[in-house]
Amino acid sequence: MRFQIYRYNPDVDTKPRMQFYDIALEPTDRMLLDALVRIKMEDDTFSFRRSCREGVCGSDAMNINGKNGLACITKLADLEAQGPVVQIRPLPGLPVIRDLIVDMSQFFKQYHSIKPYVVNDTPPPETERLQSPEDREELNGLYECILCACCSTSCPSFWWNPDKFVGPAGLLQAYRFIADTRDETVNARLDNLEDPYRLFRCHSIMNCVDVCPKNLNPTKAIGKIKDLLIKRTV
Amino acid sequence: MVNRHVSGAHYGLRDWLAQRITAVVMILYTVLFVVMLLKMPQFDYAGWRSVWMAPLMRYATLLFLLCLFVHAWVGMRNIFMDYIKPTGLRVALYAAVILALVAYGAWAVQILWGR
Amino acid sequence: MGNIARRQFDAVVVGAGGSGLRAALQLAEANLKVAVLSKVFPTRSHTVAAQGGVSASLGNEEPDNWHWHMYDTVKGSDYLGDQDAIEFMCRKACDAVVELEHYGMPFDRLDNGKIYQRPFGGHTSNYGERAIKRACAAADRTGHAMLHTLYQRNVRAHTQFFVEWMALDLIRNQAGDVLGVVALEMETGEVMILQAKATLLATGGAGRIYSASTNAFINTGDGLGMAARAGIPLEDMEFWQFHPTGVAGAGVLITEGVRGEGGFLLNKNGERFMERYAPTVKDLASRDVVARAMATEIKEGRGAGKDGEYILLKLDHLGGDVIDKRLPGIREIAKKFANVDPATDPIPVVPTCHYQMGGVPTNVAGQAVMPDGKGGEKIIKGLYAAGECACVSVHGANRLGTNSLLDLLVFGKSAGEQVVKDISADVKSLPDLPADAADKTMARLARLDSATSGERVNDVGAEMRRTMQAHCGVFRFPDSMAEGVKKMLAVAERAKSTFITDKSKVFNTARVEALELDNLIEVALSTMISANARQESRGAHDRSDFPNRDDVNWMKHTLWYKEGNRLEYKPVQLKPMTVESFEPKPRVY
Repeated sequence: MRFQIYRYNPDVDTKPRMQFYDIALEPTDRMLLDALVRIKMEDDTFSFRRSCREGVCGSDAMNINGKNGLACITKLADLEAQGPVVQIRPLPGLPVIRDLIVDMSQFFKQYHSIKPYVVNDTPPPETERLQSPEDREELNGLYECILCACCSTSCPSFWWNPDKFVGPAGLLQAYRFIADTRDETVNARLDNLEDPYRLFRCHSIMNCVDVCPKNLNPTKAIGKIKDLLIKRTV
Repeated sequence: MVNRHVSGAHYGLRDWLAQRITAVVMILYTVLFVVMLLKMPQFDYAGWRSVWMAPLMRYATLLFLLCLFVHAWVGMRNIFMDYIKPTGLRVALYAAVILALVAYGAWAVQILWGR
Repeated sequence: MGNIARRQFDAVVVGAGGSGLRAALQLAEANLKVAVLSKVFPTRSHTVAAQGGVSASLGNEEPDNWHWHMYDTVKGSDYLGDQDAIEFMCRKACDAVVELEHYGMPFDRLDNGKIYQRPFGGHTSNYGERAIKRACAAADRTGHAMLHTLYQRNVRAHTQFFVEWMALDLIRNQAGDVLGVVALEMETGEVMILQAKATLLATGGAGRIYSASTNAFINTGDGLGMAARAGIPLEDMEFWQFHPTGVAGAGVLITEGVRGEGGFLLNKNGERFMERYAPTVKDLASRDVVARAMATEIKEGRGAGKDGEYILLKLDHLGGDVIDKRLPGIREIAKKFANVDPATDPIPVVPTCHYQMGGVPTNVAGQAVMPDGKGGEKIIKGLYAAGECACVSVHGANRLGTNSLLDLLVFGKSAGEQVVKDISADVKSLPDLPADAADKTMARLARLDSATSGERVNDVGAEMRRTMQAHCGVFRFPDSMAEGVKKMLAVAERAKSTFITDKSKVFNTARVEALELDNLIEVALSTMISANARQESRGAHDRSDFPNRDDVNWMKHTLWYKEGNRLEYKPVQLKPMTVESFEPKPRVY
């Protein structure tokens, strides 16, 4: 199988280049990550992040044939059907450190900016805080986020304003804590987001929904944040 | 070394809402406009003129244009926010858009209520 | 050590998985100056892949108490677990889980608003009577929810993380005290000494010593390798848990929660064979029992599939709704990695290497301990360990499902508390580093940098994985194990002459993999040698020539030393902290 992969090592290269690899796959190689590992066996200078190889850790997000996704749950058979050469590039919009490894500081900075933790200063009871199954259900589709950055780095608004726009991943998590009935700071959270840059850079083009490897829907969560803002304003 | 930035202007909701409301008004106007065209007794200059003599149509059109300007203002500002990084240039462009839209408004009144 | 950069901290935590984060939280909230090192961004640690639940006798679904939980854990450990540590853990379980809930963990809920609990293998009511609902779950993503919650709480506590830093070696002085670590910043390739009063290892397991493993690529036993090279023994390394249900061929984990929710295993004849092996709790027997039963079915020709190579996990009878509500991640995994929709078809599964029961020997306060040479035990000053890399030992010869997440909560916290206590009692400034603090590490790096030929890292790694898989699997045979020892010693020799072609500094993952291999080799060697020496069958260690448990001669913990591959043994702590001992009995489920 033929791959064309973005290569850049600041120690050696003056500028990025695309390198071809022709790899003989074994029958046990099912996912793109298996192929990348095989490429690395042949060329140990090729660098990428990977860990759980089952789509829960979020390490191996990359741009695959023009679309962001996780290498470990992208089937080689599906890629073969897309064309003779598989093109692999780092996630767009973030600084490249080396090959497919990008600097994700900006992404995590935005995640941290929404105060990603439950705040409840009422003295806790001896046992768990109660939450009805219905209230808990509100968190479904939110807490499952693996912070892989596929969504935020597919969002043009995040490309243009990564320092100011929270981005789909951050906003999805913002709503995860807004929606949690145990959190007491929903108003402060809404204040934190009511800003033309932080929230309203989202123009609902839904690239984020299209690429999310966990099938989450940041656009819907952003819509719910806006609903709450309207509710408390009018 | 440290890349600080300021944010937290605490606006945006009103504009976002305004853009949606104005969009609805513009859709309604478009329907009205098509209906008025279809109802024209004859398809000539006199018919066209009679449409515009009706006060309803004049006020509706003015409302439509005002909505269009608000809609355009929010939209243009969004585009500048996305793509124009230097603050000075962005403010200048904002000003230019506002001035243009106000001028268009005056011009529209002149057209609608002119002779 | 002349030109190596040096930084000083109160404490260094190596690893940011569940136990590392739980300990770090304790330290950060005590306002200590802490560095938490992690090879990956914290939420990418392997705790994220835990699925089924965390055990605590909350009794939300049915009456329960920690005595029953303790009994199950002792029995699950095949009486090799230290009963004082097991009592400590089971008594603290409820508080640990409730605390996590207060941190914001999105547990599933019952109609009355309390935490949802499900049955799990080996957990029973009234000392083995029948299966009990004890596993507190967030769908089948409990580890993910827990790891993110702990990370989030650390963000709130302003914990200082060193992300994508790999600790390479412990620094010990003449007296044997641990004074910090030598670490590599992966992005720049720079080496630094992080000096600290307390060094806490929370590096997780090393399941990557086997070819078929549920473990992540990063699970390379770095803490164990560091400890072994520093002369610290590794305890009970022969005990590796094979999870009954890894996806055949892919190795990806399918939670025991599937069977907790009512799924069961079938052989090729459609027989629910666990009824024969464990008549009372059937598919919810402890993992070593189920894995062995499956391997027996396959060995005796009753496996399903073209070559009879796997067992079927049936759960379609639960219905699509229950699967989507309680096991959504499993459905996703089965579709992706096994090409089956579990709502209609069974999932092909095989026992797959999953968890390391052994590790760095510690006490319940997370302090690393080793024999003092006079028949007793001494605390290694400055070194702590928690989670999968530690051996307290609460899991003994076989861990119960959901006890690993509990382990890292309880012992992460207690290790953190002990570090805080020790540091506040110790007002002296940091002791001087020995002059050769980083010499061995630098020599290792220099060799890798200069070597232009030799063994390829992946070839040696593959040979190690093949050897372990073939000679130290679910069933162990004397001749095969003896051969395995020879082979592993040869592999370890080869590992000394590895080379990499990538000599650059920036994010050199080839170098990281070579350094990880050094750690894996220590783990694999300790496993092979400890296993070969233990002449009995207990828990996950099953020998054909000694098919029974031998409490007279072998109710003792193995200690393996890297130097000379020497083995020592230490007694099992049979006396709990406050209650009566659970006397060893034949283990029937």
